Amino acid sequence: MQLKVEHVSLNFGGVKALSDVSLEVAQGELVSVIGPNGAGKTSLLNCISGFYHPSAGRITFEGHDLTHASPHQVTKFGIARAFQNIELFTGMSVLENLLMARHTFGHYNLLDNILIYGRAMRVGVENRRFCEEIIDFMELEPYRKALVGDLPYGVRKRVEVARALALSPKLLLLDEPMAGMTLEEKEDMVRFILDIRAERGTTIILIEHDLGVVMDISDRVYVLDFGQVIASGLPEEVSQNPRVQEAYVGVDHAV
Amino acid sequence: MMPSGYELKKYTLPQVLQMRAKAMPKQVAIREKDLGIWNEITFADYYRHVTRFAAGLLALGFEKGERLAVIADNIPEWLYAELATQALGGISVGVYQSSLPPEIAYVLSYTGAAFVVAEDQEQVDKLLEIRSEIPSVRKVIYEDPRGMRAYRDDPWIIGFDEVERLGEEYLQKHPQAVEERIAQGHPEDVCHLSLTSGTTGRPKAAMLRHRNLLHMGVALQEIDPLKPTDDYLSFLPFAWIGEQMMSVGMALAGGFAVNMPESVETAMSDLKEIGPHVMFSPPRVWEGTQSQIWVRISETYAFNRWVYQQMLKIGYRAADYRMRGKPMPLGLRLAYWFADQIMFKPLRDQLGFLRLRRAYTGGAALGPDVFRFYHAIGVNLKQIYGQTEIIGIAFVHRDGDVRADTVGVPIPGGEVKISERGEILCRSDAVVAGYWQNPEATAETFADGWLHTGDAGYLTPEGHLVVIDRVSDVMHTSTQQMFSPQFIENKLKFSPYIKEAVVFGDQKPFLTAFINVDPQTVGKWAEDNRIAYTTYIDLSQKPQVAELIRKEVQAVNEGLPEHLRIQRFVLLYKLLDADDDELTRTGKVRRKFIMQRYQPIVEALYSGTDKVQVDTEFKYQDGTVQKVSVEVRVLEAYGKPELVGV
Repeated sequence: MQLKVEHVSLNFGGVKALSDVSLEVAQGELVSVIGPNGAGKTSLLNCISGFYHPSAGRITFEGHDLTHASPHQVTKFGIARAFQNIELFTGMSVLENLLMARHTFGHYNLLDNILIYGRAMRVGVENRRFCEEIIDFMELEPYRKALVGDLPYGVRKRVEVARALALSPKLLLLDEPMAGMTLEEKEDMVRFILDIRAERGTTIILIEHDLGVVMDISDRVYVLDFGQVIASGLPEEVSQNPRVQEAYVGVDHAV
Repeated sequence: MMPSGYELKKYTLPQVLQMRAKAMPKQVAIREKDLGIWNEITFADYYRHVTRFAAGLLALGFEKGERLAVIADNIPEWLYAELATQALGGISVGVYQSSLPPEIAYVLSYTGAAFVVAEDQEQVDKLLEIRSEIPSVRKVIYEDPRGMRAYRDDPWIIGFDEVERLGEEYLQKHPQAVEERIAQGHPEDVCHLSLTSGTTGRPKAAMLRHRNLLHMGVALQEIDPLKPTDDYLSFLPFAWIGEQMMSVGMALAGGFAVNMPESVETAMSDLKEIGPHVMFSPPRVWEGTQSQIWVRISETYAFNRWVYQQMLKIGYRAADYRMRGKPMPLGLRLAYWFADQIMFKPLRDQLGFLRLRRAYTGGAALGPDVFRFYHAIGVNLKQIYGQTEIIGIAFVHRDGDVRADTVGVPIPGGEVKISERGEILCRSDAVVAGYWQNPEATAETFADGWLHTGDAGYLTPEGHLVVIDRVSDVMHTSTQQMFSPQFIENKLKFSPYIKEAVVFGDQKPFLTAFINVDPQTVGKWAEDNRIAYTTYIDLSQKPQVAELIRKEVQAVNEGLPEHLRIQRFVLLYKLLDADDDELTRTGKVRRKFIMQRYQPIVEALYSGTDKVQVDTEFKYQDGTVQKVSVEVRVLEAYGKPELVGV
């Protein structure tokens, strides 16, 4: 297993955001996490990416312990994340946003950097090439030099994913990449997600509300409700599960 | 030594490429933007790719005379595949990238294509969907490997790189294989099939010969010379004859380097980077660019707007001289030089038009105002007329003789005559060999050695051609005068105040029209002139509006022969709408339906009354119906002015 989340709990004062959540993801898998609003999906991603530290339990990624790691350490292990609420630098261009993400790659000294010479030059060219390949991959050519703040919402979502890809992640965390998109934009995004996995072999954890999409593309699905995993397994198994149906459509309690 | 001019017509396209690769190996032939960088492909590279791909096709069993279809955006591989096919004595076929699977199935089985080059997974998926309908296709060759991993085990599908690799191996065993076949080629061979737009029935494929494309490349350069170092941006589909003519015919005839944008969406910004010397685009591109300029100017500061207006006034005055080829008076020349330095040059630079020597528009009519505008800002825009069957261009304006109402004079080596039915007939070395597997249509269209264009038109005393309409859409008045309602409607619609027009007169003594005033512009005009109105009905029946439109009608009439002038018209009380079946979904007028629906008004136009009472119903979107009785005034184009007053 590439990623192991073992018996993780997360408390905010008296509120239990997550309680005893366990989850395993193998290399190259596409796993979705679904659940009603406030079920703890984003909290779980925050734990994995180092924004929150679990009150109990353990998270490991390729043998590294992430339980108490900070976000920048998590990044170095090869985990990248695209945020639900788009956390880009709106005053910078698409290309600059991607290049910014590459700054962790390549080490050179201050003098090289000032003179843009030697290693700094070489690394700069490599990084630019890498970002251009991602721009090509995510079909962002028309917006390369456009300021992110000027772009329509659907395109910004794509840039958000592109920036996560710029970190050349082994594991990609996608937090509702299709929220608020038109049907056509959703179809494009699904195609991108499938291609990311097929072409780059990236493991993907997807949080998504559109059950149609989730059931279509996921290898396995975890269902969270009130901070607990209430079901997990193949998409068809999960959709048959009575507890899942209850959490989603509610149950008639009337007598 | 490289032959030049009409000498080139003795060779095939691959032979010309071969000669260029030897005579100017380092000359840039193609540029493609990829990963944000313009990559240069020299004639030597171009030829090497063509030979390799051709050898690869041989390895896959390609036979002389077979067809290879291409479904791709503008990428160098399109040209490699086309030239490689032609090098082997095969025939390339262009398919529009946006075609739906059933359309592709039709084209592939009609042309019996043995190979298909498909750009990416999207296109390959379309082919997989129709696989059972296209048994003639032996191999599908994809260019972009992205997402193709899952298709690897299918022997039907192979990568472009893989074909070139097979070609390299084949060339090691048979080094002369491709060159021998290139040498066997003959300029009279059919080399490419170009689909003609199927306004009637299914599309037919015109059979282009090497000689046709090279003739066009040379003949057009005789009047509008180009240099091999010039640049051209290729962003319209290669399946379209215009791109074949430019990127294959003109480019190989020594015209320019072909530049291919990064993606369809980036074409306009790539245009700015390339700064082409020549362009050929349909009217929508020119209209779109003009309206972009308008929008930007209207958003800027008042001072900038004022400067723009003043400079444009000078520009328009200069344009009138330029379009006629008359020398400008000294004062105007100085003023224009100044305006050019401070405004037009920077403006052209912003658009990527700075190095543009000539620009062509064709395919549909472009408004006279748009023409004047481009000449005012220093873009030498010229109308062309032609069709697929004559490699795109048969007529073009000469520099200094640009008239917005004509399509120009024949290009060198071309002849024209007007048949008794008023049809335009053309003859030149560019006329294609006929239609693929369609002897009836070929016999009809290419009868007596003339290309029957199917368009009605006439020649002006200066020898310019005026195209009226499709022969089948032309009508006759009761005095047997030929006219085209659409031709006159378009002229009326060039007025900013007229949104829609319907011209009547079939078997009638004179012409009349329904006119829809444009609610935006006329509404604005009414506000500016302090004319109060409530609804569209009210606005359309104002006497002042009638007077405004009457002047517009008179202006249009002036440009028309006596018998084609609008005598009487009404301003219709409602906008014609596709939801009411009055227009087609593509915005064309449904003449017969409108005649029936507004029968009383049409009668009034020809009866001599000046008013007609109409009862009408308005259907709202929620389904409610409102009955309204409107008094519609019939207006005379000439005669006493309307009483203006309240």
